[in-house]
Amino acid sequence: MQETIIKRAKELLADGTVNRVIGWKRGEFVYDITPAVFETAEEIDAEFVFDDFTQANVSKYLIKESRKEGKILAFLKPCDTYSFNQLVKEHRINRENVYVIGIPGGPKLDIEKIKAKGITGILDVKNENYTLKIKTLYGEETMPFYEAISGKCADCKSKKHVVYDELIGEDGDVLESNRFDMVEKLENMTAQERYDFWRGELSKCIRCNACRNVCPACTCENCVFDNPSSGVSNKAAADSFEENMFHIIRAFHVAGRCTDCGECSRVCPQNIPLHLLNRKFIKDINSLYGEYQAGADTTSKAPLNDYNTDDCEPSIVHERGVE
Amino acid sequence: MLKISADKLNDLFDAISAKQTLYIPVDREAGSAEYKKYESGMEMSRGLNTVRSAKDFFFPQTENLADFKMNGKNIEVIDIREESEDFVIFGVRACDARSFTILDKVFLAEPVDSYYKNRRDHGTVVTMACTRPAETCFCTTFGIDPTAPEGDAAVFSDGENYFFKANNEKGQAFIDSISDMLQDGDTEKLEKIQENTREIMKKLPLANLSTDSFGGERLMEHFSSEKWAELSESCLGCGTCTFVCPTCQCYDIRDFDTGNGIKRFRCWDSCMYSDFTKMAHGNSRNSQLERFRQRFMHKLVYFPANNNGEFGCVGCGRCLSKCPISMNIVKVMKALEVK
Amino acid sequence: MNNDTLIPLVGVITDIRQDTPDVKTFRVNALEGGKVFEHMPGQCAMLSIPGVGEGMFSITSSPTNKEFMEFSIKKCGCLTTWLHAMDVGQQITIRGPYGNHFPVETELKGKDLLFIAGGIGLAPLRSVINYVRDNRANYGDVQIVYGSRSKDDLVDYKEIIDEWMADPNIQVNLTIDNPQEGWDGHVGFVPNYVKELNPSTNKTVLVCGPPIMIKFTLAGLKELGFTETQVYTTMELRMKCAVGKCGRCNIGNKYVCKDGPVFRFDQLDELPDEY
Repeated sequence: MQETIIKRAKELLADGTVNRVIGWKRGEFVYDITPAVFETAEEIDAEFVFDDFTQANVSKYLIKESRKEGKILAFLKPCDTYSFNQLVKEHRINRENVYVIGIPGGPKLDIEKIKAKGITGILDVKNENYTLKIKTLYGEETMPFYEAISGKCADCKSKKHVVYDELIGEDGDVLESNRFDMVEKLENMTAQERYDFWRGELSKCIRCNACRNVCPACTCENCVFDNPSSGVSNKAAADSFEENMFHIIRAFHVAGRCTDCGECSRVCPQNIPLHLLNRKFIKDINSLYGEYQAGADTTSKAPLNDYNTDDCEPSIVHERGVE
Repeated sequence: MLKISADKLNDLFDAISAKQTLYIPVDREAGSAEYKKYESGMEMSRGLNTVRSAKDFFFPQTENLADFKMNGKNIEVIDIREESEDFVIFGVRACDARSFTILDKVFLAEPVDSYYKNRRDHGTVVTMACTRPAETCFCTTFGIDPTAPEGDAAVFSDGENYFFKANNEKGQAFIDSISDMLQDGDTEKLEKIQENTREIMKKLPLANLSTDSFGGERLMEHFSSEKWAELSESCLGCGTCTFVCPTCQCYDIRDFDTGNGIKRFRCWDSCMYSDFTKMAHGNSRNSQLERFRQRFMHKLVYFPANNNGEFGCVGCGRCLSKCPISMNIVKVMKALEVK
Repeated sequence: MNNDTLIPLVGVITDIRQDTPDVKTFRVNALEGGKVFEHMPGQCAMLSIPGVGEGMFSITSSPTNKEFMEFSIKKCGCLTTWLHAMDVGQQITIRGPYGNHFPVETELKGKDLLFIAGGIGLAPLRSVINYVRDNRANYGDVQIVYGSRSKDDLVDYKEIIDEWMADPNIQVNLTIDNPQEGWDGHVGFVPNYVKELNPSTNKTVLVCGPPIMIKFTLAGLKELGFTETQVYTTMELRMKCAVGKCGRCNIGNKYVCKDGPVFRFDQLDELPDEY
């Protein structure tokens, strides 16, 4: 697949369709992938990678890149196309300046899942018929591919590309996923159990802002949490509830716009399952306003931005809150 | 050397924690470890290192500096400082132990930071020699020997026993306080393990990473490098690298209105953040390129310029595994290497 | 436990002077009277209203003033807006003194001095000027070139007229950017005025003002034959701790709060251009 992608990227650069390509490059280790912009065929030959570790969603970079001179080629996995579409819908990305090629999605591998098995000193990871052969400083290890797939891929919602100018490989379908299972589990907890669950998770937060900065729905020019005049710009917990507020407010702000791309939980250095907050909103929106998938198209009205007389009454909030 | 057999380790922890607060690294979900206050029965992590560094013990993420009572036009300043209790941190790795000497150079320089010093005075650092370094380790680049860690006292494992060695008076006092549980042991097997670890260190992917190209004398040369644009291109401007870093010590001071007075607290801050240098009339580092450059220039050039060539990095590898876009100090060093 | 510099003292505002439409000069005394602490010309202090914030301000009064300290503060952000809303009798917190100072007892001693200030940039230089006036025998010629947007924006105008201009041992040259009714003095930007005045190159120069003014003034001085080792300035960056630890005023291997704020231009040349 990497070869096909590279070949097509070089063709589109050569014929002048685009003047830049956004993709991924590898660093020191097999799993160490950085999003990157390539300007020449030589750079692409030398560094472009697409493999089991190229998880990062590059859609958010296109806000900045699509405002530059010339057209940029972006390779988007199915989940990335939802983020891209949502950003087009919100007039953040200049669609005309991006040439989108849909490429196959995951499942991608999460190196943390491999390390969690106690495997260390990792020098190489090869997928042989869905068994990972892992070369380490301490000898060779194996583990099943499916035990190392990233959380966001395990709950994949769709193999369908919702936007593209051309496709490499075949398009897939929206999947029947189990992505709301954990949300349901949380809903079925008592209020105290749920509170304890979130306090336990959110108290790990180090306020690094990685979740916010990677989030394709967080595109404010100046975030309220960075604005000293807002009164909520504290960078750490001034009281013990501070970090909870940060995440809850952020989840509210992206509600109805979050496409469930899973980047927040992927980048969290403390492994906080932040996507569950967003999924709870998605699930609620689905049940209260009818099925809605942010980023699925660029024309529909978002349920939280739209009013109609069939909308549920505000009292529903109270009713649902009663144990 | 004095030792305790591995199956008695928790007895030792019980004995230490009966006298003072003890912190040990404990496994969390998914193989990541964190320091926790020891409670009987807790098992020490066998993993290499904690996600958050040990700097929290001396320079916590957030801490209260002073309180103020506001009454009309009058202000009362309340000194909330209290003498810290004595505590022991057990199982600190060589990289984190070195980070304390780097933090000391900042916080113990005149005027001494009393908040930091208070904890430093009352904390005993007991280190643990490494036997299974990870591919992200490069402490030897900064002259650190992971088989002979610094700290007040060092602990070495041969698989069956833990051996204790004092590095200073505080460490000796610690060992004396538990000596009734220790016995003399033969270190032959231990020495083999140390030799084996040193061999592995030579084979690590980053074993040849060199600091030769860095230091205070190359200030303008590195600052003016054209490489920063590409290196910082994908940086998200988050603070992950800063906050998992054992040597990053920039902080912010903020006031919090409790509704019943003002709490002045300090908290970790990051030079990667857009508001770090923002003033009412402008920002001296407007672009992410400048902010990204600041972080690495500080560790590789500015800090050594002010500290006899000592670098502001200990090669713990946390930023290598935690950066959301996998950009890190190793890539910066390789890109800026002067050939 | 020993005192910690991060824990401030309390001072009280004993006088407020509206110098220009957006600059006020605040007089600060210790609660028991007198000064909260001693300082040298060019040094700064951290002033704060708890709950609003803390900021570094240059001490504009001279150390030779034994009764009080003064701060000339321009209203431009959150904290300064609050400070401007204060009345006499309001307490504030204060800590310091911080930073280095102009080398009034060493390199500047015996020298002919040329002060060049623009706008609120006079605040740190006023401390030096009055120190020099009070130790007049220790210095040679003293010339002050000061300019602002308009007559109303000249900080400490009354002191300039009543004391500095009345002092036969000091030459004062004022200028404003644009012609104005009631102003018969010089009109034009400070850098150009300095060139017109063509000061002798054996003077030592102390310059402070907006970055763009400093840039053009320095260029003008070089054209006149001055070298960078003759010119001092004082800088301002965002600060939190004021003692070289919090990291934000770091430029190259220097911290403006403790290695500065006073720098000679040849020293700045060795640092990255991040100010």
